[in-house]
Amino acid sequence: MSLLATSSLGITIGTTTVCSGLELTINKGERWCVLGRNGTGKTTLLHTLAGLRPPAAGTIALNNRPLLHMSRKPVAQQIGLLFQDHADTFPASVLETVLTGRHPWLGPWQWEGCRDVAMARDALQAVGLHNMEDRMVNTLSGGERRRAGIACLLTQDPQLLLLDEPTNHLDIHYQIRMLDLLAKQVAHNSKALLLVMHDLNLAVRYCNRFLLLFGDGETIQGTVATALTQANLEQLYQHPLQAIPGPHGMVWLPQ
Amino acid sequence: MPASDMTRAFILRPVALLGTLLLLTLASLLFSLASGSVAVSWQDLLAIFPGTTIDGGNDLAGRVVLELRWPRTVAAFITGALLALAGGLMQVLLRNPLADPYVLGVSGGAATGALLAMLAGLGSLWLQGAAFSGALISMLLVFGLSHGSGSWTTSRLLLTGIVIASGWGAIIGLLLAISPEQGLRGMLFWLMGDLSSSGFPSSGFPILVIGLVAAMAIGRTLNILTHGEQTAGALGVNVRPLRYFIYLLASLLTATAVTLAGSIGFVGLIVPHMLRLLGVRDHRLLLPAATLLGGSLLLVADTLARTLLAPRQLPVGILTALVGVPVFLLLLHHSRTLHGEAR
Repeated sequence: MSLLATSSLGITIGTTTVCSGLELTINKGERWCVLGRNGTGKTTLLHTLAGLRPPAAGTIALNNRPLLHMSRKPVAQQIGLLFQDHADTFPASVLETVLTGRHPWLGPWQWEGCRDVAMARDALQAVGLHNMEDRMVNTLSGGERRRAGIACLLTQDPQLLLLDEPTNHLDIHYQIRMLDLLAKQVAHNSKALLLVMHDLNLAVRYCNRFLLLFGDGETIQGTVATALTQANLEQLYQHPLQAIPGPHGMVWLPQ
Repeated sequence: MPASDMTRAFILRPVALLGTLLLLTLASLLFSLASGSVAVSWQDLLAIFPGTTIDGGNDLAGRVVLELRWPRTVAAFITGALLALAGGLMQVLLRNPLADPYVLGVSGGAATGALLAMLAGLGSLWLQGAAFSGALISMLLVFGLSHGSGSWTTSRLLLTGIVIASGWGAIIGLLLAISPEQGLRGMLFWLMGDLSSSGFPSSGFPILVIGLVAAMAIGRTLNILTHGEQTAGALGVNVRPLRYFIYLLASLLTATAVTLAGSIGFVGLIVPHMLRLLGVRDHRLLLPAATLLGGSLLLVADTLARTLLAPRQLPVGILTALVGVPVFLLLLHHSRTLHGEAR
């Protein structure tokens, strides 16, 4: 059974058509990557799939139920979204911020219990922030803040994880460590992943499905073999690329 | 994970904080009741309340306390509590730490109503009705106008509110300019906030209780909203109805406070921040704590306002700032929150 399925999905931002007639089916165990140039609507697509923005046309089904008719809470139990940026206006500690991930699972008068705190601490451990739970989030470095956001997503524990440029601000070690962690979540807990990424080589290494947005409503989807051809990628990025065989598949270098 | 950590963070701290604030509330109530031109001893105070059997010697003290000081004391506490609660809500709604209960024009509408009533020479009941109506009109005006083409964004709400508030400011200035000399003093006192004409706030108390319960019911959701509307949406919060609810709740609390005592500044802005500087960030704790602290602060300020230069009474708004500014600066100076350490 598909986790998320779109039918004739059309999305527009102003005069830009992100996609039209998009039939996207995300199954458990799949790791999707959305590729496209700046401003082609990758983030808007993510927000639409999370139900935060109504589509211009078409429908989205979450576990065969129409997403837009569901109330927000059950949606948030199944779809989690890591935003590109974090807006921290008010002071909050790292642990408090990560605990917000439990919100969809708690009743209106219910307080976070031992189990919720344990989940948050496990997530902080997993992203390497276990000794920083009392720090204020606005004092974290960009990379630490990013990892706190990923920990929050893990604490939310949704079936489908949507991540908007998850490796932003991360050093090489944490880029690999975070993507390993996410891939493990998919493999062990039968989840699914949809990433927006600009690093083609990390995408090739960690994803098994690709969606290319061309910015004019055209899309291509498929596997590494079918979607990530030299012609497709050069047309996508409007830039000549060179492919070199590497340990995880092709390594793409801009010329 | 050690269980003691949990106990400390989730049970002991709230109990200790709210317990301390309850004691502070009690102390400020007694301070207010005992202070004034007629000396009332602590023994007299204790004797007056439980039995209310007033013997010959305590007669004057008993009447002063029960008829004069008690209504004003309650009015001051409730006004402060309403303002602090409304301020805490408004700051989350606008996601702006500088927001206060008056920023969206509720007090301007109330002041216009009140000044019109004074200009017409109407009695205090009419004045209260006019102030409350003005506040409601302003609240609905801002609510309606801030809907653009379907969107109800924070910046749009803030801009609409600020513009409407300046509009009220102009009307208030006009009313002051055309009103006769002898009425000006009363008007200026009302504008600065004045509890001397407040009766027993029979409607204020239930509104405060209902407002606090309603705010507590959305407490965890408010915590989520401080992380941004989009984040809140992704975490399962239905953001738009929630924001309507917060706006209406905060406006209603403000309207009630302004009707009781005019526009008393400072309390609604500063009290939530005092608690944030003390490390209170969870709104399920911050809002009840702000209610108690706001009430106590205004009560102490009002007691000083009516006793410092007695028999002359000062506008309480001056005293809230005089008491609050040093306390706030002290907290700011000692705050570790700004240096990145929680608790």
